[in-house]
Amino acid sequence: MLTISRELYDKIVAHARADHPDEACGVLAGPAGSDRPERFIAMLNAERSPTFYRFDSAEQFRVWREMDERDEEPVVIYHSHTATEAYPSRTDIALAAEPGAHYVLVSTRDAEQAEFRSYRIVDGEVTEEPVAVVE
Amino acid sequence: MAIEVRIPTILRTYTDGAKQVEGTGATLGELFTDLDRKHGGLRERLVDDGGLRRFVNVYLNDEDVRFLAGLDTPVQDGDTVTVLPAVAGGDLAAADG
Repeated sequence: MLTISRELYDKIVAHARADHPDEACGVLAGPAGSDRPERFIAMLNAERSPTFYRFDSAEQFRVWREMDERDEEPVVIYHSHTATEAYPSRTDIALAAEPGAHYVLVSTRDAEQAEFRSYRIVDGEVTEEPVAVVE
Repeated sequence: MAIEVRIPTILRTYTDGAKQVEGTGATLGELFTDLDRKHGGLRERLVDDGGLRRFVNVYLNDEDVRFLAGLDTPVQDGDTVTVLPAVAGGDLAAADG
C-alpha cells in the first residue's frame, strides 16, 4: 500500500500534466526506513521524450547524495505515460533498480482524468498496490 | 592504496550487504577487476562487451565517468567512486528506433 498526502499526489499529477506530451519523472524522498513520502523532487527527464525517461545522471548524483546526507531514501519513484495506461512497461520493469521504492505511474492520455497507480517491482516481478491519499 | 567505492542497494548482494567497499587500480577498469576478485560477479553488473553498462551510472568523485574516460579514467588513492543504477524507463524499442 502506498500512503501519500493529497499535496504530494497533486504535485505529481501537476508535474505530469505540465510535461505532457513528454514523460515526466521524479522522486518522493522520505526518512530512511519510514515508508513515508515527504519531500517532492521533480527530476529533469534527460531524454525529453514522449516514450522514454531517464534521470539526468549529474542531477541524480546530487539528489541521491542529498538524500544520503539527510538520512532519506527514495520512497516513491514516479513517471508518466502520455499515451498508454498507467502500468509499467517491460522496460520500466527491466530497469527498476530500487527494490524498496514504490513505483508510481501516472497516465496523462486523457486530458481530463489522470490515472495514478502504484506498484512494487522486485526482481522483475510487478505487484500493484492500493493507493491511500491522505487529506 | 585505497579507493572507496559506494555500492547501491541492488548490488549489495555481492558485497555481503556492505554499502561501501575498497579497491585498488590505476584506472576504473582495473578497479572493477580488483573488486570482482573480492566480490565475485560484481564486475559483470557494471561492465559488458561495450564497456560501462548503459544503465549504470559511475561517478569519480562528483563527475559522471562517461564525461571523463569511461573505464580508462585514471583513479588514485583517496578517490571515491559511486555507482548508481540509472533511473529510466519507457518504451525502449521506440526510443532506439
